[in-house]
Amino acid sequence: MITCRTFVEFLMEYLSGALPSDQLDRFEEHLAMCSACVAYMKTYEQTVRLGKAAFEAEKGSVPADVPEDLVQAILEARRRRD
Amino acid sequence: MSQQAPDRPVPGQDDAESSLVESLRRGDEDAFERLVRGHGARMLAVAQRYLGRGEDARDAVQEAFIAAYRSIGSFQGHALLSTWLHQITVNACLMRIRSRKRRPEESIDDLLPRWQEDGHHVVQPRDWSPGGEERLQSKETCAFVRQCIDRLPESYRTVILLRDIEDMDTRETARLLGITESGAKVRLHRARQALRELLDERFGRGGR
Repeated sequence: MITCRTFVEFLMEYLSGALPSDQLDRFEEHLAMCSACVAYMKTYEQTVRLGKAAFEAEKGSVPADVPEDLVQAILEARRRRD
Repeated sequence: MSQQAPDRPVPGQDDAESSLVESLRRGDEDAFERLVRGHGARMLAVAQRYLGRGEDARDAVQEAFIAAYRSIGSFQGHALLSTWLHQITVNACLMRIRSRKRRPEESIDDLLPRWQEDGHHVVQPRDWSPGGEERLQSKETCAFVRQCIDRLPESYRTVILLRDIEDMDTRETARLLGITESGAKVRLHRARQALRELLDERFGRGGR
């Protein structure tokens, strides 16, 4: 029987399907008995989803125009390199 | 990413883009300005994600455009121009992060789970979403999540951006960060755990 500590330590491998099958049974056995680790796993997965969602929303709100002073700085930098 | 023959059109790549690339290769100054005006805002948003909203992000975008200008000859149409520019911008940001004066990074140990001697949780994790996922996806929540990611020490924030936000694979992430693949995995897991702990302050233990 694995501990909560071991479960959490290898949670990323478990969720990505990277655990070998002999260990997988022990992880699922633990999960069936431990509501704390079920909650930890669910909130860990939500953390990843929330991170993606937070930046997806940001990607949709990019201004159409780049600041004019930055445009001019970039054009000037290019001229200097020519 | 699968390799496509240079002469096969990439989905989304239109004649205007091909023409722009051709003009850039000829050193056409107007074409370069169209490139900057057409892609600059998105590249600045990417740079600000890595470097914050100060001068560093603007400098990284400038460096990225100059790098793109110098290497447009190597752009063979395997990807969209926007994808290629995005990769150049991320590289420019990571180079700036690496070149910053190195300071000892704040430990994230306080944000990692604590364990009893028998391996049980010290703090019992609880579900976050009694109101469902909708509450977790509000505009306010998105802003809060971004703030929490910004609170992570730089190396942990960067690995989250590369793996979870940019969807890069472990190998590419490790290459960009100059660490081993197993190192990248360990860092990502610790970063996610730390971010989970920061979010838990609002959605879990104290946030209801």
